[in-house]
Amino acid sequence: MKTLPFVAICVIVALLAFFGLRAVQNGYLFVAGYVVLQFVVLATAWNILGGYCGYVNFGSAAFFALGAYTSVFFYKLNLVPLPVPALILVGGVVCGIVGLGMGYLTLRLRGAFFAIATLAMAVVLQTLVVNWDFVGGSRGAYILHPENLEFGGFSLPYNQYLFLLMLALAVLALSIARAIERSQLGFGFATIRDDELAAEASGVPTLRLKLIATTLSGALMGMAGAPFPYYIGYLQPASAFGLEYGVNSIAMPMIGGTTNWIGPLVGALLLGTVQEYARVTISSSINLLIVGLLLVVFVIIAPKGLVGLVQDHLRARRKP
Amino acid sequence: MDFPFELFINAVVAGILLGGFYAAVTAGVSISFGMLDIVNIAHPGFIILGSYIAYLLSASFGLDPILVSLLMLPVFYALGCAVYEVYHQSFEKRGQDALRGLAFFFGLLFVTEVALILAFGVDYRYVEAAYIGPSRQLAGIDFPLRMVVPCVTALILFGVLHLFVTRTFTGRAIMAVSQDQQALQLMAANPTRIKRIAFGISIATASVAGALLIIIQPIEPSVGREYIGRVFAICVLGGLGSLPGSLVAAMLLGIMESLTATFYGPSWAPAVSFGFLLLTLAFRPSGLFGR
Repeated sequence: MKTLPFVAICVIVALLAFFGLRAVQNGYLFVAGYVVLQFVVLATAWNILGGYCGYVNFGSAAFFALGAYTSVFFYKLNLVPLPVPALILVGGVVCGIVGLGMGYLTLRLRGAFFAIATLAMAVVLQTLVVNWDFVGGSRGAYILHPENLEFGGFSLPYNQYLFLLMLALAVLALSIARAIERSQLGFGFATIRDDELAAEASGVPTLRLKLIATTLSGALMGMAGAPFPYYIGYLQPASAFGLEYGVNSIAMPMIGGTTNWIGPLVGALLLGTVQEYARVTISSSINLLIVGLLLVVFVIIAPKGLVGLVQDHLRARRKP
Repeated sequence: MDFPFELFINAVVAGILLGGFYAAVTAGVSISFGMLDIVNIAHPGFIILGSYIAYLLSASFGLDPILVSLLMLPVFYALGCAVYEVYHQSFEKRGQDALRGLAFFFGLLFVTEVALILAFGVDYRYVEAAYIGPSRQLAGIDFPLRMVVPCVTALILFGVLHLFVTRTFTGRAIMAVSQDQQALQLMAANPTRIKRIAFGISIATASVAGALLIIIQPIEPSVGREYIGRVFAICVLGGLGSLPGSLVAAMLLGIMESLTATFYGPSWAPAVSFGFLLLTLAFRPSGLFGR
């Protein structure tokens, strides 16, 4: 399938999901759905660097928070009231640049060192934000938004509006991931993952490819974070840099499967829903424990994730 | 404004004492990451576990936290061996240790933290011991015993480890296992067994480091995360796998953090270690004392 028909199908599915949820008339579904979609974007973005190139990024929360704080910054600046889609773009650009910078800084690092460097970057950024009074510092910042969004006599509840935006972002992220997989870029990424030295020796521009991956992945994470202050209403560093984003954006692709775009989608939908359900019915600590245990169990018994399991199963049935 | 010399000296001394403690925290990672090439980012999780065990036993039986940690050494050693066994069977043997092994340890860290939150809540816990309150003064410089005792314990721990690694057969085998497994097999040593022992020792040090941590500061489950960066910063800075190197690096980091906290405020201190780590990784990945 070409990319365009795929995007068209995604958009149709997304619109069906949106109007389906509207038909149910339950405001909570949009609130919970937003979180799940946000994880779809984060997991897909992580997978571009982690799954395709094999570079583990522990600092997803940093990019997410940076996107969120970019929105807070423009909100506080109060020059022109930027609409949320514009903020998403700005957040994406800022995080893309930071991703590029991180790529440059960590170019010489492979494997574990890169992972540790990303973790370090997250803490440095968090310290900077905590000490930056303009965006609220450690006290946090309030973001006010209207209850309904009006355009041309048509009124849309704000949480549905945010849900719609996140839906669009999820479609964008999945389309990008799928397009990469089928392009020369994707093959280049795969050579880096399998054997970087050999790839370099055969003339693959590993350096440039890695920079593209860190930039893209960072930008998408930032875009996922940009609407977050409007969703949550009150943003503080501890929640924006929360470990749950780092853990989830690793656990979801790992559990779903890292080799193609379906894996993070499946992982995020599954884990995201389970977590939302557990948060409401049991407690918010238990739901994180579930994620952690699932991550540990899955990397041990199902290294290729759910998608890998299904593929192996199908292959086994085809060859009796 | 003239330079506050006394403040400066005090900050440096406090930094050296703090650095001694950091050395104890790093010892385990120096072995697992530096010598065995196992990226155990869950190490701070084990340290916090050690802190809570020290807290639990000293609160209920009135035992000294350091004594508790020494009693717990075999338990942590066994725990380390068990974790290594799982790691070896699921990752090393299949030859895909890098990415998934990292995720495995990340998951372990997370599970330990959340489990501790569920068991103890997020309240700060602390221990009581005779040396936690008082402070000695020498030539106008403060020596709080709360810091001196952990520093001395850490130095003893480091000395013992260093002697073990350089003087005994098993210790030398541990040093060798990362360099040449085949040569080691020719010396009639089983690399897997050696690695298991080494990993067991590395986790065992977490017991002591945990007790020292809860003496120095009240703890809650997520404190461990702050130490990931410090530990790896020290480890990389000191040159991987070099115990004396990481001791020096720990002292350096301790002094820098203490100076930053004194002159710019404590909220900047975490950024120092992580920023330093980033710079080291970017410009001198082999560490200050690297080969």
